[in-house]
Amino acid sequence: MNSHPDNLGYYGTFGGAYIPELLYDNVEELRNAYLKIMGTDSYRSELASLLKDYVGRPTPLFYAANLSEKYGTKIYLKREDLCHTGAHKLNNVVGQALLAKRMGKKHIIAETGAGQHGVATATVCALLKLPCTVFMGKKDTQRQELNVLRMNMLGAEVIPVTSGSQTLKDATNDAIRYWINHPDNTYYLIGSTIGPHPYPDLVARLQAVISQEMMSQLLEKEGRKDPDYVIACVGGGSNAAGAFFHFIGNGTTKLIGAEASGEGIHSGKTAATISIGSEGILHGTRTILMQTSDGQVEEAHSISAGLDYPGIGPLHAWLHKSKQALYLPVTDDEAMQAALSLTRMEGIIPALESAHALAILDKQTFKPSDVVVISLSGRGDKDMVSFQHYFA
Amino acid sequence: MNELTKLLDKKSDNLLSIFFTAGFPTLDSTTGVLLSFQDAGVDFVEVGIPYSDPLADGPVIQQTSTVAIRNGMTMDLLFTQLERLKGKLRTPLILMGYLNPVLQYGVEDFCKKARDAGVSGVILPDLPMHEYTSQYKKLFRDYGLHFVFLITPSTKEDRIREIDRESTAFIYAVSTASTTGSANDNAREQKLAYLKRLKEMRLSHPVVVGFGIHDRVTLQDAWDHASGAIIGTAYLQLLAKTSDEQKAIHELINSISKQ
Repeated sequence: MNSHPDNLGYYGTFGGAYIPELLYDNVEELRNAYLKIMGTDSYRSELASLLKDYVGRPTPLFYAANLSEKYGTKIYLKREDLCHTGAHKLNNVVGQALLAKRMGKKHIIAETGAGQHGVATATVCALLKLPCTVFMGKKDTQRQELNVLRMNMLGAEVIPVTSGSQTLKDATNDAIRYWINHPDNTYYLIGSTIGPHPYPDLVARLQAVISQEMMSQLLEKEGRKDPDYVIACVGGGSNAAGAFFHFIGNGTTKLIGAEASGEGIHSGKTAATISIGSEGILHGTRTILMQTSDGQVEEAHSISAGLDYPGIGPLHAWLHKSKQALYLPVTDDEAMQAALSLTRMEGIIPALESAHALAILDKQTFKPSDVVVISLSGRGDKDMVSFQHYFA
Repeated sequence: MNELTKLLDKKSDNLLSIFFTAGFPTLDSTTGVLLSFQDAGVDFVEVGIPYSDPLADGPVIQQTSTVAIRNGMTMDLLFTQLERLKGKLRTPLILMGYLNPVLQYGVEDFCKKARDAGVSGVILPDLPMHEYTSQYKKLFRDYGLHFVFLITPSTKEDRIREIDRESTAFIYAVSTASTTGSANDNAREQKLAYLKRLKEMRLSHPVVVGFGIHDRVTLQDAWDHASGAIIGTAYLQLLAKTSDEQKAIHELINSISKQ
């Protein structure tokens, strides 16, 4: 299994820690602490207990009979949408918040795009009595007002970010800047498999619980632990990293990432990083990103705010380059139709992010004996306004 | 010969350097700004290559970078502008930017163009020492370019010593744990203690202080306890206000010269 980076944080040629000296100590402290702390019995038992009783794990692996019949194969849905706060995001937040506490940190900061990671962070901070500040692009605070209200109700401070494009990438920049300016007691809780080493590895390890559970659930239902396909959506790539983790390099499972191509990969309004991006540095990691020929980071576009990121985690950049996983673009329209289709066929309204993974079913052919697992990373309540506008 | 090497050979104290963003406030401002620095007697200049996501910078430099990119500033254009000043400009130049635009340009092409444009050195805050020494050091040396590292109050002594060994011109000491342009004068005592600690280390390269230098006191502190100072945000604020490079540099010199 090759799911971990080397000791400098490289997955092949991707990863590393391209950070200003101003962040060196903060990142070094985390790098020295994370594996040590995560290996202790007290951390593991506290995490296991919270994942079970607070997050609601294990999440079900649901055999989607109607969808299976339509596509002539065996389709399972990994129900991350049933986690507390409605998405897989909490797996990572609980793990990092426990880590932060053990590192003696007194203040949690986080970036958020649509607000899902911000809400998850505010939630766990309320539980663990940690002060919490969430950076959110000003545009996003307006588009996702309900999540701002949720964070405020949970006791978090939400800071609208007015720099750059006022979206997720700028929220990430400002969270990092805040960390530079307040290095002593602050823990930066990144929401995806992005950022400088050790974050991509840390977040992937915490999300790996998704594929861990899939294995035992498949063993029970299918008599084998490795599926033929795992399909997940990819923005920064945390739910895909978790869903792929234990199957990477096993020789049997085909891994498919669905990236958001917005209005089409060549429309100028896309977030399909792997389809149109190139290698470079974004937020402290060497990866694939959407950029101009002059190396300026471009703005991403997707109808799904959670996939609206101009880069991708270094693990995915490497899985793509080494051909260990396949990344396919899915348009806004395709995702919308897939969301409606799941809703009508199985009675589950998926998040728009997860709908991108579902749309892959129309792009691949499967054998009747194939076992296909789709990571249903989140629920669609937060997207009702988008659905309403689209289908009106 | 490298102009910065020449300068540091003959002058090792009271150095004054100014940072500005190329292509701000207008695309063609670069050359006028540089000549105004030379007339005002600035010792060396940091030419900021604008980047969309400048992580180590505060709001002022973020904003000037955004404007410069919107004006159409590119790496190629910057090199063309610098080429045009050859023969007219003797002030040593250091290019300061972020790694990604340099990677896209091609590191070797970047080094070659920089050398041909008369540039003396490069600062890339997000290229860490390990990646620099293992991947790029040879290229920069081959093209005769200094690479300048940053240190901060939290950089440990053994790392400072390693940076001193890898340095070829000077060490850029960030005065407080902060992004550029945060003028936190309350931390003066801490800053002076930090500069004193650096002085006592007897490093083999001069230490030049940046981040937060904005008036007579902060400048004099840097001159008293280190070899020089770099002013960035304070100058760009004046330039943004006046939109006149002559006025901006004179106002800056006035504000730092008055008692």
